[in-house]
Amino acid sequence: MQAIIRIKRFNPEADRRPYWAEYEVPVDPFDRVLDALHYIKANLDGSLALRRSCAHGICGSDAMVINGRNRLACKVLIKDLGPRITVEPLRGLPVIKDLVVDMEPFFQKYRQVMPWLVPDDPPPPQERRQTPEERARYEDTTKCILCAVCTTACPIFWGTGEFLGPAALVAAHRFIFDSRDRAAQQRLQILADRSGVFRCRTVFNCTEACPQGIEITKAIQELKQAIILSRT
Amino acid sequence: MAVHEFDAVIVGAGGAGLYAAMELSRQADLRVAVISKLYPTRSHTGAAQGGIGAALGNMEEDHWEWHMFDTVKGGDYLVDQDAAEILAREAIETVYDLEHLGLPFDRTPDGRIAQRRFGGHTHHFGQGPVRRACHAADRTGHMILQTLYQQCLRQNVRFFNEFQVLDLLLEDGVACGVVAWEILTGELHTFHARAVMFATGGWGRIYKVTSNAHTLTGDGAAICWRRGIPLEDMEFYQFHPTGIYRLGILMSEAARGEGAVLRNRHGERFMERYSPTLLDLAPRDIIARAMITEIREGRGIDGKDYLHLDFTHLPRQVLEEKLPDITSFARIYLGIDPLRQPVPVQPTAHYAMGGIPTDVWGRVVVDEKNTVLPGLYAAGECACVSVHGANRLGTNSLVDILVFGRRAGRDMVRYLREAERVSLRRNPDRDAREQVERLLRSEGKEKVAALRQELAEAMMEYCGIFRDGAGLQKMLGILGDLRERYRRIRLDDRGRVFNQDLLEAWELGCLLDVAEATVRSALNRTESRGAHMREDYPDRDDENWLKHTLLYRNSDGTFAFRYKPVVITRFQPQARTY
Repeated sequence: MQAIIRIKRFNPEADRRPYWAEYEVPVDPFDRVLDALHYIKANLDGSLALRRSCAHGICGSDAMVINGRNRLACKVLIKDLGPRITVEPLRGLPVIKDLVVDMEPFFQKYRQVMPWLVPDDPPPPQERRQTPEERARYEDTTKCILCAVCTTACPIFWGTGEFLGPAALVAAHRFIFDSRDRAAQQRLQILADRSGVFRCRTVFNCTEACPQGIEITKAIQELKQAIILSRT
Repeated sequence: MAVHEFDAVIVGAGGAGLYAAMELSRQADLRVAVISKLYPTRSHTGAAQGGIGAALGNMEEDHWEWHMFDTVKGGDYLVDQDAAEILAREAIETVYDLEHLGLPFDRTPDGRIAQRRFGGHTHHFGQGPVRRACHAADRTGHMILQTLYQQCLRQNVRFFNEFQVLDLLLEDGVACGVVAWEILTGELHTFHARAVMFATGGWGRIYKVTSNAHTLTGDGAAICWRRGIPLEDMEFYQFHPTGIYRLGILMSEAARGEGAVLRNRHGERFMERYSPTLLDLAPRDIIARAMITEIREGRGIDGKDYLHLDFTHLPRQVLEEKLPDITSFARIYLGIDPLRQPVPVQPTAHYAMGGIPTDVWGRVVVDEKNTVLPGLYAAGECACVSVHGANRLGTNSLVDILVFGRRAGRDMVRYLREAERVSLRRNPDRDAREQVERLLRSEGKEKVAALRQELAEAMMEYCGIFRDGAGLQKMLGILGDLRERYRRIRLDDRGRVFNQDLLEAWELGCLLDVAEATVRSALNRTESRGAHMREDYPDRDDENWLKHTLLYRNSDGTFAFRYKPVVITRFQPQARTY
């Protein structure tokens, strides 16, 4: 079958503003949107720029807006979209070229929440013990691949670049609820700041968009609760 | 031209590169840079699924000697046994290290690291499968990559993200830096350093059906080869038995570790005929060959070129808790629920056993006497220690990147305590600049994407699981033709900002080089061993070929082979049956 792929394009060296380009692409219903974009690059216009690497939803490179929703291009199939597909860069981050956005502001917020284990020292000679129940407590938020789909789907993040955003909060959650970690209070203080967790208005955009199926809004609510409890 | 001064520069931000960077950054006075063509969390270590092998003995009796034996036998006795001993011993402390750094392993009821079965890992030197693979669901690589990246952030490692390395700088036989290209701006950067490490991963993209990311194009190996460093054992390339049909996406060996089985069109569990002891948990080379044999003899599903991986007898809980990612891959990409329907699979190009030759400290060596090239290191898939010999066991790639990434980091610390800074020549980026400009200005008609596809299809046909002299000769001719056409490409994009067209053209040069080294080494080795199966020489020939290949490309474009003896310590070569 044929699909019409409309792409919002922008080349800073040639264009004053973004424009829509349309491509006709032969596709199989089980092709990924990424396959169609590769077809365009290989056969129609090699100058199209997009990030991609693993092509099966693990590396988090190819987040973009597909038919109005934040998706990974390698994790959505043509058959689920139909023959007319629009593709745009993520919102809320500066566009560099075509579908490539500046990821630095995103990773900067990730770094702000101390996304690393701060354990008791020194460690035991073997593993620290952690029960399966303790391990399950933070399982969901270990799945994050930092693709930025959630943060760039969040209207609060669009409104104010100050907000840490869902992905950074997910990273904080992953450590705060890890029984081996000792820096929860420090992190909760960071999250209690005005750019932190209370900016969240539980819109659920993040949860709906997450390609890993992480229950982000729930995790954020747990963080809010933890802050409130730590104050009493 | 920007010049950056560092003590050590590491190219590649997967498990090996990040582990080395973490070790180096513990020294407050050393300045360390990590260059990655991606963002570090996009590295392909993150795609590793099943687990890390380490003889912790948490679930049942296990010993590092058994792990070492399995590694040696799995590699069809081409493994250097001094290196395999280090791998098996240090796997244990490295896994504990990772746990201490925060890696969220799955746990046993008493809170220890959980372990499961994997192909070729046995108890009592081959008696039966053992639970050795430490895991975090089927996302073990993702957890490793995240954990190491987080620790590097904690220690303020300096990252240069989306920088493509183009060249290695050597002065008087000493490594003194690299040249890289900033993808965002198109600007060239020279990194002047006293130690350089390549941790650039593999080159699965020389093949059409592969589990490897699009970005795995053999950059580090190709650059070293161009600078006169040999490539070791390039003929040994692993096909993983269970890639999703046509897509190549991996269905982890953990699937079979948890009880899934392979079946042919008659529903027969055919591995009973090929590997009576280990069945579906035989090493990968053996299973991949068995699958192709089944297909050739007409027992593929519907007579086609794939087989079934059957999970339907497994409890729902096993799929959802222990194999959630691959369950979701089958649902997303095939519309198949593996609880109800078997998954169509075929072997998929997966892992290079060969690569840049190193010693057990990750130091790059340039000949059969293990002469070290001062200041140059390599670890991970791009390197050849050699712990995998002719065929790698599942889980040992993660062990390799961690154990030898760590050792390389530690040895660089030692080296940097003594090594002096070597001055750069004038215009150190001259060669790199020429490469880029030539591609940008090339006025031919050939399209890079088409050449890449032709290469990958031909390699699949002539240099895949089964090879023979005639096919390999033909492949050499195809490579010559592709090289000729590569000189006549034309890019659609001639700009500077995020020019992926240029990036992919440059990568094609690397793919052609590593494919050439693979084909020449495969043609040269007239025996069958591990993953290298020559139909015209079907037997292993220890008398003539119990040795490592070193292939050099001379500056005049000719090639030369040398050979390095295999280090044998504890285990004498035996017939390899499972």
